[in-house]
Amino acid sequence: MAGASPVQQLIRAHRLRLIELLPWLLAVLGYFGFGDYLPLGSQILIMILFALSLDLVLGYAGIVTLGHAAFFGVGAYAAGIYSVHVSGEPLSGLLVGALAAAVVGLASGAVILRTSGLTLLMLTLAVTSLLSAAANDAGFITGGNDGLQGVAINPILGAFSFGLFGRTAYLYCLAVLFVAWLFVRRLAHSPFGRSLAGIRENAVRMHAIGAPVRRRLLTVYTISAAIAGVAGALLTQTTQFVGLTVLSFERSGAIVIMLVLGGAGRLYGAFVGATLYMIAQDQLAEMDPVFWDFWIGLMLVLIVLFARGGILGLTDRILRLIRRRRR
Amino acid sequence: MTATLETIGLSRQFGALVVANNIGFRLEAGARHALIGPNGAGKTTLVNLITGRLTPSAGRILLNGADITALRQDQRVRRGLVRTFQINTLFKGLSVLENVCLGMAEHAGAGGRMFRFVGARRAVVQQAFALLERLGIAGDAGRLVRELPYGRQRLVEIAIALGLDPSVLLLDEPAAGVPAAENRIILDVIAQLPASVAVLIIEHDMELVFRFAQRITVLVQGAILTEGTPAEIAADARVREVYLGERQHG
Amino acid sequence: MLDAIVSILFLGLAYAMILYIVSVGLSVTMGLMGFINLAHGVFAMAGGYVTVTLMNRYGVPFGAALLLAFIAVALLSVVLERSLYARLYGAGELEQVLFTIGLVFMSVAVVRKLWGPLPQPITLPAALSGQIDLGFRTFPTYRSFLIGFGLTLTLLLWLGIERTNFGARLRAAVDNRRMAESLGINTSRLFTLSFALGSGLAALGGGLGADILAIYPGYAMEYLVYFLMVVAVGGLGSIRGPFVAALLLGIGDTACKYLVPQLGAFFIYLAMIGLLLWRPAGLFGRA
Repeated sequence: MAGASPVQQLIRAHRLRLIELLPWLLAVLGYFGFGDYLPLGSQILIMILFALSLDLVLGYAGIVTLGHAAFFGVGAYAAGIYSVHVSGEPLSGLLVGALAAAVVGLASGAVILRTSGLTLLMLTLAVTSLLSAAANDAGFITGGNDGLQGVAINPILGAFSFGLFGRTAYLYCLAVLFVAWLFVRRLAHSPFGRSLAGIRENAVRMHAIGAPVRRRLLTVYTISAAIAGVAGALLTQTTQFVGLTVLSFERSGAIVIMLVLGGAGRLYGAFVGATLYMIAQDQLAEMDPVFWDFWIGLMLVLIVLFARGGILGLTDRILRLIRRRRR
Repeated sequence: MTATLETIGLSRQFGALVVANNIGFRLEAGARHALIGPNGAGKTTLVNLITGRLTPSAGRILLNGADITALRQDQRVRRGLVRTFQINTLFKGLSVLENVCLGMAEHAGAGGRMFRFVGARRAVVQQAFALLERLGIAGDAGRLVRELPYGRQRLVEIAIALGLDPSVLLLDEPAAGVPAAENRIILDVIAQLPASVAVLIIEHDMELVFRFAQRITVLVQGAILTEGTPAEIAADARVREVYLGERQHG
Repeated sequence: MLDAIVSILFLGLAYAMILYIVSVGLSVTMGLMGFINLAHGVFAMAGGYVTVTLMNRYGVPFGAALLLAFIAVALLSVVLERSLYARLYGAGELEQVLFTIGLVFMSVAVVRKLWGPLPQPITLPAALSGQIDLGFRTFPTYRSFLIGFGLTLTLLLWLGIERTNFGARLRAAVDNRRMAESLGINTSRLFTLSFALGSGLAALGGGLGADILAIYPGYAMEYLVYFLMVVAVGGLGSIRGPFVAALLLGIGDTACKYLVPQLGAFFIYLAMIGLLLWRPAGLFGRA
């Protein structure tokens, strides 16, 4: 490993390493070990998927957004409305959620990705707020403030019905996350994925080496929106309810925090961050809900001051230190 | 004969400030051409206009006779019009090798591919490495650009541009801030560029300019003051006044 | 109908003044250092809490409480700026966003712990309660006072920026920091000063507006979007921009709530998206 030339390293960068299977091993073990916490397990898987979608936009392409809940929410509502008015078939529901979110991603991205900095940040925020206000106003179809009632989901592939202590839901989420991971991983190691990293590192130079920067950004924004939409649709299908919180600023903020906690732009930061955040929230927030916010805030401040790159970044640094010691 | 690169009446204003004033400039095929002028003369602005980073207020730009004024930056690059930056403009968080590979992937039209792995294009990676060897920075190929000293980063700046296989190369003060050792490498590399490449160099170092250039254009306050061979420019009293005079205290 | 228009203009104007007083400092500091400070609302919230607590618990008069809030928060902000913010001036957007959101979360938790989750009641002095008769109709005294105070303050700020030495240096630094530094202006101290002034003003706005923007733990998050809107729409680094933006937002928001209560928020966000797409650098910002 240490002796491999830079050329070899780059050529082999996409090869699957054994440790990349660890999350899946843990997830399968979790299925047997979670017990009563299995519904929490499903929630964690959904948030990992959501964070993974954000990683493409924020971690790889470097678009700082405070409005990713827009796509999660659109996916959640689309899947919910589809099940109420069209069909309770779950897989097509996911597809509907993905498509609806992708359309919103494409349309909003086409206009807001022309800007940058504070303006872009504000626009991501405004799009979510706009959708949230619209969902609130369109109560006749979204249920408004009371949320969307009457979501009923058929058995998956006509065989596995939801509701057996959340076992089906957990495996369903796990399977969807696995497929999404394969896709995102492929993307991350592709020339397209690397060009996103190039845009993040220096958009000016990307233009100057002949990359159609805006089209790349719009593409990844749309793909990411679709995946976030799937995550939202999963939430709808597993909880059989959609509330206005799917579109909230808090959700946009929380998912950024989860990703950054784990480490952005690393593919696995989403897994680490979302899992830790959800478990900590479940435990800490029950003990002391008032002060939960404080610890989250403190953690953010500390990450920015001392541990950019999140937990995985920190692990990297420690490993490198140990290796250097050994030499 | 059509010039490789030509600007016609190129102008740009920021409010009341005219930074490019009716510039008519020709870069002939295979030229070794230098653009000089005092600080703030608008040299970098001209490069920005030619490459499409800035949109002109008026005028046209022709590349091999074809009007490219309306093209985006990336479209111009794909037609062989490539630049480097006066201040390093690199992908600092990526490795040196990947900095070059990114450009090469775009040049090969593969930058947007989603379902192929980067490493699958083994030849591209090896080609990039060979380029680094030519520039004497192959030893740093695996390091992050951020970790290199400025002078070495300067070589990466040029390596990226060369990886794009340019037909017109605009070098914006390539040797600025570079220690003598790397300076030599940069000059050698420029000297070895194939004759088919037309090169425009912006440079402050007069010795370098007179050694390198076959033609020199002098830019003052956004307008072309004069143009000629090195000997003509050296003999021009106006140039001495505005430019060489400035250099003595600069 | 005419009556409704007058009411909307009047209420919107008072609201706009609060938005402006709170946000103007944010505009200057963002313009000066390019620092995205999402924790600016915290200073306004802190000002609100200091004012309300001094008045309710210690019987300090309104005016004195406001002054103390201004001073206390300005000092607090200097400590924060020197110890924490200054470390992040060169950092990326994401770092600044995360860091300041972290500060918001922490302060929200602390405030909720100390004061509880409920909005703090404010008892206005007798001179500011009731109605004032302006001849053709009566207006609430408190809001009339806000408008008068806000306009006076705006004028003072404008004079301070246009006519004083400090203002000239500030303008130079916003315009071109490197140039200003090469002219011997100590931009770092200039920034600390304007940061303190901006935070103090935010505190003043928080205290003054306690009856309009309720003082409760969600303050720093809930109204943040509005403060940011004023800054983004107005244009960074300007004094005039946020004023116009605050007027638009204050009056527009009031009008929407009054005329189309169902769709109010929707129109405000739509208008903001439209404005920012039309002028990405804000109404008075430089592209």
